[in-house]
Amino acid sequence: MFTYYLDLALRSLRRNRALTALMIVAIAFGVGASMTTLTVLHVLSADPIPGKSGDLYMVQLDPRQARGFIPGEEPPDQVTRSDGEALLRAGKAERQVVMTSGEAAIEPARAGLLPFFIEGRWTSADFFPMFGVPFVAGAPWTRDDDDRAARVAVIARALADKLFGTTDVVGRTLRTESSELRIIGVIDTWRPTPHFYDLHSQVYGREEQIFVPFSTSRELKLPRSGSQDCWDESPDPLALGAPCVWLQFWAELPGKARADAYRDFLFQYSLEQQRAGRFARPPNVRLRDVRQWLAFSEVVPDDARLQTWIAIGFLVVCLINTVGLLLTKFLRRSSEIGVRRALGASKRSIFVQLLVEAGMIGVVGGALGLLLAWLGLWAVRHQPADYAPLARLDLPMLVATFGLAVAASLIAGLLPAWRGCQVTPAIQLKSP
Amino acid sequence: MLHMKDVSKVYRTEMVETHALRDLSLIVGEGEFVAVTGPSGSGKTTFLNIAGLLEELTGGEYLLDGVDIRMLDDRARSRLRNEKLGFVFQSFNLIPDLDLFDNVDVPLRYRGLSRGDRRKRIEGALERVGLASRARHYPSELSGGQQQRVAIARAIAGGPKLLLADEPTGNLDSQMAREVMQLLEELNAQGTIIVIVTHDPEIAARAQRNVHIVDGVATDLSRAPALVRPTRAAAQTSL
Repeated sequence: MFTYYLDLALRSLRRNRALTALMIVAIAFGVGASMTTLTVLHVLSADPIPGKSGDLYMVQLDPRQARGFIPGEEPPDQVTRSDGEALLRAGKAERQVVMTSGEAAIEPARAGLLPFFIEGRWTSADFFPMFGVPFVAGAPWTRDDDDRAARVAVIARALADKLFGTTDVVGRTLRTESSELRIIGVIDTWRPTPHFYDLHSQVYGREEQIFVPFSTSRELKLPRSGSQDCWDESPDPLALGAPCVWLQFWAELPGKARADAYRDFLFQYSLEQQRAGRFARPPNVRLRDVRQWLAFSEVVPDDARLQTWIAIGFLVVCLINTVGLLLTKFLRRSSEIGVRRALGASKRSIFVQLLVEAGMIGVVGGALGLLLAWLGLWAVRHQPADYAPLARLDLPMLVATFGLAVAASLIAGLLPAWRGCQVTPAIQLKSP
Repeated sequence: MLHMKDVSKVYRTEMVETHALRDLSLIVGEGEFVAVTGPSGSGKTTFLNIAGLLEELTGGEYLLDGVDIRMLDDRARSRLRNEKLGFVFQSFNLIPDLDLFDNVDVPLRYRGLSRGDRRKRIEGALERVGLASRARHYPSELSGGQQQRVAIARAIAGGPKLLLADEPTGNLDSQMAREVMQLLEELNAQGTIIVIVTHDPEIAARAQRNVHIVDGVATDLSRAPALVRPTRAAAQTSL
């Protein structure tokens, strides 16, 4: 019976081409606008590390001076070098990592290639297994490498290709900032979006090209980037003991019990630091998993949310128009509906027939809406925003576009189809 | 086959109450050809609509092939209408964007028959009305008489026991009207019960029984008066 309804729907849509086109365009514009903004929102608010985001925690302590203390105030979202290294040494989590973003001037050995700057990350050994970084060659460095500030580096596939024309570069030497680093691993293209583990560098920025042990970066005095916050004078804000926060610290804590235990540990640590005179304030710690951290940090721009609501409002207006057009279309066919009812069609059959017709408009509208969404995203990609290059339709959003179009048209078709199936056949069949 | 007892139909609006049928009782048995006549607005089309399960009755009883239709929901009524009844309308009511084959196919679709069975029935019905060769033509390509023959083919394709016709010759010239009546008579001769609403005395004269409706009250004018049982009040009114 469904194929019969499809056939009838096709005939009906062909019969009133102008009306059909109007409905399809209304659905397409509504869906196109909605999917453009929803795709942007989807990209911006996606889980950057699915499967692990509930186990990875951002650590916050409050090492600041007593002046300006407000109970319950949010602690800084970075830690001092002293605290970062102390927490790393304590090793109370399954894995833990201290890090900062950095910049490195690369001096290529390859002829014809001029020195250039790249973005990097100075971090500790657990970074790679903790965040599930994919390797195409070699392996991460070890905690032992951290301890002895080994002259090693892990680089991105793109940098390997650029410097050597291959990813088979493990064991080769990389020259940066007048020092030589031995390449021990090459990672595949990896760009968690948003850049959750460090929101101080570009949230939706480019991927990092080089990873060096944090200890090594300090010995070599590799330049760092990102923000820092100092509450007292310091000749070297990056030095051990400096009153400045500039490092991110993450801990992997599978299960709530581990997280609770680690929170207690941070409290005790803060208490000890207070007793020792390092911390002037009472313990004030925060431990947020990835989703909580992104929500707290409000990484999704307000304008993206606003645009989404406006687009959904536009879709509703388009749907209301479609309801009116479908109502007109179906009630103009009261005579045919009356005949079908007289010949044995139940109200339910008529309802389904008309709903299939509305659904078919949705499918065609969805296809056109997809094209419009694609055009909309193309326009977004040309906006001066750091997330702009990410605005692309992925498979789930592609399916969602069709789903939204069909669902929207079915919803729009409910009232007209119901009114259509309520047609009294006797009135429609009455002889003139 | 058709058993109505004290059937009444009242249309109500906020201001007016109109009695379209008053205590109509009628039995139509196997093989009958019944003409229902009466002036315009007398209630004969209302009677046909109720007989065809297209309208609800306000009061009384109606058994169709032994089934009390008051007990049925829309789905069951639709199935009963599809399986037991055939309709022929004055204005043919063919669906313009379906060809003849697909028009005749409409009632069969709602019966859930196989493709092959439907094809066989459609071809047989079109053959029966002499239009098999034009199965892929559209209604607009046919004359009025031919369109009515297609409507008859559509009505009989499902093999109904009772065929209800509302002024089937009303839009036809006399030659075409004769052809259509001849077709209906042949169907009746083959066992289909025919109930035809008409205001044409010539057509009515060709029926075995005549039931006359005036102001919603029925009177049998035929040879079998026992089959129409108006209530006393109704009979007094009509006489």
